[in-house]
Amino acid sequence: MIARSLSLFAGLFALILVIGWLMGVPFTSSRLVEATAYALIALGLNIQWGYGGLFNFGIMGFLMLGGFAVTFISYPINPSFWGSDGPWMLGRAALAFGAGALLVYAARQSHRLGLRGGWKTFTIVLAWFVAYCLYRSQIDPAAAYIESTAGFVGGLGINPVFGWLFGGVLAAGVALIVGKIALGLRTDYLAIATIGISEIIRALIKNMDWLTRGTLTVSPIPWPTPLPQEYQASGADQLSSLILARGGYLALALLVLAAAIWLVSRAYAGPWGRMMRAIRDNHVAASSMGKDVKSRQLEIFVLGSVLMGIGGAMLVSFTQIFDPSSYQPINHTFLIWVMIIVGGAGNNWGAVFGAVLIWLVWVISEPLAKTIFETASYWSTSVGWPEIPDIESRSAQMRVFVLGLVITIALRYAPKGLIPEVVRRDS
Amino acid sequence: MTEFIFFINQVVISGAVLGCIYALGAVGITLIFGILRFAHFAHSELMTSGAFFAFLLAALFASWGIVTPIPMGFVVLPLAMVLSAVFALGVDKGFYAPLRQRGAKPVILLIASIGVTLMIQGLIRLFFGAGSYSFFENETKDVFRVDTSFLGSTRPLVITEPQLLMIIVTVISVLALHFFLTRSRLGKAMRAMADNADLAQVSGINTALVVRVTWIVAGALACMAGTMLALDVTLKPDLAFNIIIPIFAAAIVGGLGQAYGAIAGGLLIGFAESLAVFNWTMVLRPLNGVLPEALQLPATLALVPTEYKLTVAFVILVVVLLVRPTGIFKGASS
Repeated sequence: MIARSLSLFAGLFALILVIGWLMGVPFTSSRLVEATAYALIALGLNIQWGYGGLFNFGIMGFLMLGGFAVTFISYPINPSFWGSDGPWMLGRAALAFGAGALLVYAARQSHRLGLRGGWKTFTIVLAWFVAYCLYRSQIDPAAAYIESTAGFVGGLGINPVFGWLFGGVLAAGVALIVGKIALGLRTDYLAIATIGISEIIRALIKNMDWLTRGTLTVSPIPWPTPLPQEYQASGADQLSSLILARGGYLALALLVLAAAIWLVSRAYAGPWGRMMRAIRDNHVAASSMGKDVKSRQLEIFVLGSVLMGIGGAMLVSFTQIFDPSSYQPINHTFLIWVMIIVGGAGNNWGAVFGAVLIWLVWVISEPLAKTIFETASYWSTSVGWPEIPDIESRSAQMRVFVLGLVITIALRYAPKGLIPEVVRRDS
Repeated sequence: MTEFIFFINQVVISGAVLGCIYALGAVGITLIFGILRFAHFAHSELMTSGAFFAFLLAALFASWGIVTPIPMGFVVLPLAMVLSAVFALGVDKGFYAPLRQRGAKPVILLIASIGVTLMIQGLIRLFFGAGSYSFFENETKDVFRVDTSFLGSTRPLVITEPQLLMIIVTVISVLALHFFLTRSRLGKAMRAMADNADLAQVSGINTALVVRVTWIVAGALACMAGTMLALDVTLKPDLAFNIIIPIFAAAIVGGLGQAYGAIAGGLLIGFAESLAVFNWTMVLRPLNGVLPEALQLPATLALVPTEYKLTVAFVILVVVLLVRPTGIFKGASS
């Protein structure tokens, strides 16, 4: 088992070298940083699905929350917002939100006043409606005012590492709510509920222009480590400054990933991990052994989402641009599922291996397809057939097909993944 | 009266059109879930590929110089449905049947269906690019304006020819489905298998045949829904991928495995979306003359802003899952 994992990782290393040789150092170093972030995200999904058996198809939502968090924390302060009436109006909207929440809470407690059955339901629905109208009446003018005067709220100008942390915290908070809503559901229902919730998050982040700048995008977001420009200013040449800067970022990302793997593996080897496996394999039996299945599942859902939030924040601060409309379920949810399926659910090294491999396959399938198409086009024209039109756009679409092919082949021939879960049987 | 006609144009017609498309898609999803017990994500790609089959056939017919009084998309629909049914059978045979034989869990089938989604979408984009196509490049889209001045309205009732045909075709196919499910042996076998697969098998129902028929019906209906959507708006590679979640919402709201529930859920979500983004000021404007100065209506009084239209379906979905976890009509679960 260990020999197999080692040879697979050696093969992956060789693949990285080949890509570095073919595509150049700048391309490969960027992809490696992204692959590290995706490995962290895949580890998060591995906790939820591989350990806990929870079906989270709303990964995109948590990645967006992480991206928003790092933008909000580390983007420079916007003085034209803080000097205007915007903060006051937002404060009033927050008060309206609080009042609405209080109203809904009161309606939910209305059985203490003797309301029962249909009347109570009616009161709750009415309270929700009034709270919604109240909030809208305050937030709509505030949003319009901020968008017309200051553009958007802006950031807080703090180091991006705190943005990563805040990404984790924000994802945890939302995961707690999502988990409380959806974790009572079974597999397929849970998948569809989480995908629905992630679409709601996307719609909100994309359209709350006053907070996130929506489709106008926010850039440049600062790096936690020195940028290539800073190395160049101190006299380094183009290539070495790029390598130094990306190397610094990669080192920081790898540090976070290593810490996450260490913590997760330790937890999983202990009694907590055994309990989680028991709940995953037979939650009825685990529950009858006195385990609190619901809160343990919530716990694992939140933990996995924290890693997704941090990973999402890392990706955004690396590319330096937060573009809510670039988030797609294919690239940000299904891709990560493929990583876990191919790598091996329930095995941390499998998740990391799958993440790096699939990310590399995803990014090189486009130039590879382009080369193949160009060669085919060259041969077809040389025998008098017409050449292939729109090679550029067509090869860009090939990676979706390759991803689908990989997932179907993996499920058919290696359903447990390349580095499967190790099941220890203590006699 | 003008306001009432406006309401019909904006809410009733667009809600019915959207509801028909959702309902046809959701019926397929619900049937597959009922018989095969997994959430078939690639249904959106069956819809899109069905629309592309119809588009290619329409282009072929037009190149032969055939001109028809109704839009070409509807003329070629039966043929495209046959192609789609065969395609759906092929997808099942190639990707899901081997996994089923191995006894894979429904979750694995769901993930496989995502793989199929990506492959079909990749192929469509490979052959047709990322741009959009229209069925009405060489023919005109007729718009009917019914004069309603006899009701005292200054606005006509507006409906396009594809929309009208779409509603008629949907009603016919829902009726046909109803008679198929309640009168024919195969339909009854399908319902029996959806209720209890083991019991159906021991009572001598040919389950392999039922599975095939399920794919045929689901593929044909998906093609119908996709073609209609393409006729109403434009045809593009992510045509149905964008609305697969509302369709799932419709199937779940109706109760997975319940064909009638899916139709009800589809119409419910279609109307809810149109109602939620409807600007009530347009209808309530006459009140402005009666209301005091302080209570004048604002320019827009929609329940949710237009950009959150699709979100309405997800909110309904989440609320339904919370209140009735298996849908209104009490669906199955895997």
